[in-house]
Amino acid sequence: MSEADVLLRVDDLQVHFPVHKGAVFRKQVATVKAVDGVSFQLKRGETLGLVGESGCGKSTTGLAILRMLEPSGGRIEFEGQDITHFDKSSLRPLRRRMQMVYQDPFGSLNPRMKVRDIIGEPLEVHGLAKDRNVFDQRIAQLMRTVGLLPDMADRFPHEFSGGQRQRIGIARALALEPALIICDEPVSALDVSIQAQVVNVFVELQQRLGMAYLFIAHDLAVVRHVSDRIAVMYLGRIVEIAARDEIYRRPLHPYTQALLAAVPVADPVVEATRKRVAVSGEVPSAMNPPSGCRFHTRCPLAMDRCRHEDPALRDLGAGRAVACHLHDMAA
Amino acid sequence: MTTAAKPLLSVRNLVTRFGRGRGAVTAVDDVSFDVGVGETVAVVGESGSGKSVTALSILRLIPSPPGRIESGEILFEGRDLTKLSEREIMEIRGDRIAMIFQEPMSSLNPVLTVGLQVAEPINVHRRKPWDVALGAAKQLLGRVRMSDTESRVRAYPHQFSGGMRQRAMIAMALACEPRLIIADEPTTALDVTVQAQILDLLKDLAQGSRCSLILITHDLGVVARYADRVVVMYAGRVVEQAPARELYANPRHPYTRGLMASVPRLDGDTSKRLVPIDGQPPNLARLPTGCAFAPRCRQATDLCHRERPALAEIGPQHQTACWLETPAHV
Repeated sequence: MSEADVLLRVDDLQVHFPVHKGAVFRKQVATVKAVDGVSFQLKRGETLGLVGESGCGKSTTGLAILRMLEPSGGRIEFEGQDITHFDKSSLRPLRRRMQMVYQDPFGSLNPRMKVRDIIGEPLEVHGLAKDRNVFDQRIAQLMRTVGLLPDMADRFPHEFSGGQRQRIGIARALALEPALIICDEPVSALDVSIQAQVVNVFVELQQRLGMAYLFIAHDLAVVRHVSDRIAVMYLGRIVEIAARDEIYRRPLHPYTQALLAAVPVADPVVEATRKRVAVSGEVPSAMNPPSGCRFHTRCPLAMDRCRHEDPALRDLGAGRAVACHLHDMAA
Repeated sequence: MTTAAKPLLSVRNLVTRFGRGRGAVTAVDDVSFDVGVGETVAVVGESGSGKSVTALSILRLIPSPPGRIESGEILFEGRDLTKLSEREIMEIRGDRIAMIFQEPMSSLNPVLTVGLQVAEPINVHRRKPWDVALGAAKQLLGRVRMSDTESRVRAYPHQFSGGMRQRAMIAMALACEPRLIIADEPTTALDVTVQAQILDLLKDLAQGSRCSLILITHDLGVVARYADRVVVMYAGRVVEQAPARELYANPRHPYTRGLMASVPRLDGDTSKRLVPIDGQPPNLARLPTGCAFAPRCRQATDLCHRERPALAEIGPQHQTACWLETPAHV
């Protein structure tokens, strides 16, 4: 990928949370390494899907890139600038270029604000709402873009359904024409028949406006549908990253294989013949991750080496990388 | 289900309503279906479809007031559950019929050990002394593939992970060897790899003892993997039911078809646009006079808006409630 195309470069990102004990003499007793050495790049106009089970650090990664959480280490570069330690005044212009769509369409919209003001708030904050006529036109245009009727601009969030509220959230994110939108589980709170509507909005907007998405979700079928490339996370690390079709057709990491095998396909005939890769147990605590490869406690293929030696994310070429001792030879 | 064998459970024209007068809501409206011995039946629908209220009605767990079973029959092992006294239904709950809920943390008692809670049905229904019941609980935890059962029986629910709690719930459900287990979105709160473990376990254990299973879910993948037969609900009514393979190969109701086209599949064609269902799920307090799906249906006719279609046989064991499929009525 040529240097000019890279929109976002994340290098060895770490986000650690201290765990305190005691009320008076608070002392740090442990550290939760929510994100522990994550690296990837995102091109302009591209969608990178970030998948993994709860506690794998996918949402924390998103928040750190937006700088809503302070990274503990590593480097985040956006549009050629190192933004890892930007202060408040430098963050404001950055936020024009990078926006977020949240999971919960009920909790993320202020119930006392009209839709017009919710969508227009970023414009106000950045001083782009001086002329009332231009402002109103822009709101109407944004609402049409996401498939809402502009004459609903004076209504309040509670008058809208879940799917419509998520569209309002998307319109708000679009207001400043960002180069990157970070979407954190944007459809998982919606009814199944509504999810497709919102997924289509995301896909069509990207085709028209060309922004990049970091699409964070646990639903592998949805992620597959929207992403160009996919990164699979486990306990604060990326274990595999590859082009969408590569990862679904030929998953290399045993965790990716297990994750894909666990998702049932909506076809009883296919299900009857599908190979099942069983993993035992559940994700261990990020406070005390296993030694060596973090997946070795659940891995059906774990070797002695996996218990002691932490595998690095190894580049296999063609944009594919995997962190697994089984694939050391292949490199 | 074979026509010769008598079903284990037969729900007939069940109507469950909440509230009174103008604010009344019919959550379950004339629902009928059977569950055969050893069969897994999936009840599929979105929020507000009435799938959970149907389950709660079978066990007579509808909070009253405001809710009540207004009419219909629930025939189980030769008895109509709607006619039983509170005492009689309590003897069936947790014994002949067990239930597994979505959120294991809120259905387990936080101040009692897991062992005690798994042992309780054995103590209550089988009148076994506590030491015997606790011994059985230890075995049950082993059956749901927990390791180190000796210390697990003495642990409290908060010491368990989500998947472990759901295993404990399954152990509790199995305690009295029920004939029917009703599982209401049992894995929605869990991660995918754990979801597969729990559902595999539930299906295995049910199959091993010829226990029937009602699986309530919104996930068409889960249905495809585990169900023998499927009941699709929309706005409190059954809109289609068929054996699983038949339903997926030949969905006939526009809502069923819509659901299948709108959900992305792991093996689907990604270049194709998803086909969403227009509009929003129905508001039960303001249902249209005709077919409840008509406002979202692209094929709806005048008749659909005017009159409600009844559930009609359209093939072997395949029923749907759609005017488009019953031309004789037009």
